Amino acid sequence: MLELALKGSKRYYGWIAFLLVLIGIGSIAYVNQLMVGLETTGMSRDVSWGFYISQFTYLVGLAASGVMIVLPNYFHSYKTNKHMVIFGEFMAIAACIMCMLFIAVDVGQPTRMLNVMLHPTPNSILFWDMTVLIGYLSLNLLVGWTCLQADRAHLPHPKWLKPFIYISILWAFSIHTVTAFLYQGLPGRHYWLTAILAARFLASAFCSGPAILLLVMMITEKFTSFKMARNAVSTLVKIIMYAMCVNMFFFALEIFTSFYSNIPGHMHPILYLFAHADSGLVTLMWTFLAFAAISITLLVTPQFRNNLKLLPYTLAILVIATWLDKGLGLVIGGFNPTPFETITPYWPTGKELLVSMMVYAIGALIVTVLFKIATSVKKETGDSQLLPCGCSSEDACECDSEEAEAVPAEA
Amino acid sequence: MKNNRRTFIKLAGIAAAGLAVAPKAMASSGGHSPVKVNPEAVHAKQWAMVIDTTKVHTEEAIAELSKVCHAIHNVPSIEGKREVKWLWSDEYGHTFPEQENPHLAEEVHHRTYMLLCNHCENPPCVRVCPTKATYKRPDGIVAMDYHRCIGCRYCMAGCPYGSRSFNWGEPRKNLDLSKLNPEFPTRMRGVVEKCNFCVERLAVGKMPACVEASKGAIVFGDLYDPDSEVRKVLREKFTIRRKPSAGTEPCVYYVI
Amino acid sequence: MKMQYGFPIIVGLAIFIGLLTAPFAVGTMTKTYKQPELKLPANEKKCIESTEFMRTEHMQLLNEWRDWALRDGKRIYTNHEGKEFVISLQNTCMKCHNNKADFCDKCHDDAGVSPYCWDCHIQPEGLK
Repeated sequence: MLELALKGSKRYYGWIAFLLVLIGIGSIAYVNQLMVGLETTGMSRDVSWGFYISQFTYLVGLAASGVMIVLPNYFHSYKTNKHMVIFGEFMAIAACIMCMLFIAVDVGQPTRMLNVMLHPTPNSILFWDMTVLIGYLSLNLLVGWTCLQADRAHLPHPKWLKPFIYISILWAFSIHTVTAFLYQGLPGRHYWLTAILAARFLASAFCSGPAILLLVMMITEKFTSFKMARNAVSTLVKIIMYAMCVNMFFFALEIFTSFYSNIPGHMHPILYLFAHADSGLVTLMWTFLAFAAISITLLVTPQFRNNLKLLPYTLAILVIATWLDKGLGLVIGGFNPTPFETITPYWPTGKELLVSMMVYAIGALIVTVLFKIATSVKKETGDSQLLPCGCSSEDACECDSEEAEAVPAEA
Repeated sequence: MKNNRRTFIKLAGIAAAGLAVAPKAMASSGGHSPVKVNPEAVHAKQWAMVIDTTKVHTEEAIAELSKVCHAIHNVPSIEGKREVKWLWSDEYGHTFPEQENPHLAEEVHHRTYMLLCNHCENPPCVRVCPTKATYKRPDGIVAMDYHRCIGCRYCMAGCPYGSRSFNWGEPRKNLDLSKLNPEFPTRMRGVVEKCNFCVERLAVGKMPACVEASKGAIVFGDLYDPDSEVRKVLREKFTIRRKPSAGTEPCVYYVI
Repeated sequence: MKMQYGFPIIVGLAIFIGLLTAPFAVGTMTKTYKQPELKLPANEKKCIESTEFMRTEHMQLLNEWRDWALRDGKRIYTNHEGKEFVISLQNTCMKCHNNKADFCDKCHDDAGVSPYCWDCHIQPEGLK
């Protein structure tokens, strides 16, 4: 099926070339980091993890989120989703690879990375995180590729695949739980030391992940003949709405526990992020709250939620809000104030951002290639295609057949 | 049973090959390993330290101890937020943040406190390390194998005492190469480092360098030996430890 | 069956294999490998184990020495003749082999390996 990724329009190749240029620029920054060490970053002995690890954490959420499409399809036979499943799985593959790359660029001695496998240490959560990420990547590769190949050959999905599909659904929850355990089991880091962190991670993943997936799918629709089924979209948006509400509810629980108990250690990181940090960070943290409020308002109001013109903006606002919370504030608030009640400000350096750009561009490249393959197969089989009236072939909507022939085919 | 002779020769061959590689195959904890402990070494079940803050409590005095420690262990001197330190000092509020009150005896409040790795009985850094690069030795010392450290810095997030430093850059750039201690290695960039309770000195029967240089202000010994000097001091004087609520059971005690 | 594009394929393969093997061919024709001349310690005739063992196994031995000393706290090594040595690269090995450039580097350079020992351990000739 890989050959499908090689046949594309000029625009497709142009986009790939653009991503390769970004990867090239980022890799120069990475080579520089390899030569001189992590002093190219803004991290310090007090804030010993930074942008890389927080991106890793955010992207584990993206990897886990595909399950919000897969689970209804397989556990509830919600077949409206069936042509979306492959995109959830392919997105998970790209996200897993980005996660691993963010870990790889963060370690001080990348050539010794295999020590994690050569000296397996089950008491370390990092060991388990590696295990579940590799497992989840393999499961998605296996399930996604096999299903798509069967679809292309007009064959039913093989029976032996069933157990792997069910395992992969449960596995999705495990990857983000284990990632939360990475943080929530550390004494002396009060912002992380909370039993609800794993639940909050999952809630945040199940709103931000599908939101990112929907945004990418909307872009995909612009460049291919693929069209999401309208009901699949509206179901997913409802899932996003509930997950975001639960996410913010959990955040409110944190605030209550910290401030009503009046325990200094629990209040300090929150006060730091929302009041005492430098004005840039404080503004961003309040932006998170404001954007979270806006996105929830837009999602819970039916006429806004069902407005397909407004939807991309709603989702983008939600993604920014969750990213500011989990992809930025989480790590900084965990390290500040330090366990000895001092403040060491952290802000990523330009080189750090360039290396991160490289990893994101690699992820975008993987998504592009995999989505190109998936949309080409869907086009071959005629599933979930755009009809001239703007509906998807999966929708129960009557289009004029004469116009259908007039639609220019575009890859 | 035609093959008996052949089988015998084969087995003999394998046994001979086994003998040839014997030193390699011997497990490090095996009974007949060709290694043993230096007879001069001092032993303990859990090494511990008591710092008498009535005797050593000025920035200058602790800086002296720090200089001794950093010189023999080739610790680079770096200013600012990326500093590397094995032994350092801080004020009361940063040392015992949970045990501060607004009307603390002024003299105690204004002392400067000596800080180093607590060699916890229940170390979070060892719990989180994904490669066993940091580990607890049978004598209770939390040690590091710099050869194995991948530089993931999980131990730094795990340590609630800030006892761990990462080599963000090349450490030798910040060392006076003409004044290195040739008996001890430096570190390389990209690994974490910390106080080792002078394990290399204990192995030859010496006390840790800071203990020796403190002129009696620091006592060192076995926490599990009721007759040890540490236990004697702990019996007689009031002591506190850093962050007891973290459940790490630090083995560095402070006489207040 | 006639091979399509047979001629260019064969020529291409020949050029490829030629280029691939060229370094070996040129090397064996123009140069002969000479074992490097090591500067051996002046005052000590015997290493901790036999020369053959040290030549082939020193890296494994150093690996074990590290774990014995660091993890087990056992810092005395008894060799096959019953003689005892303190386990230490800097304070035992390099006290006799007191020049890294004249000893270690000789073979390592020829073999094209650069072990990272000296990233941390201090070579006897000092650092500059």
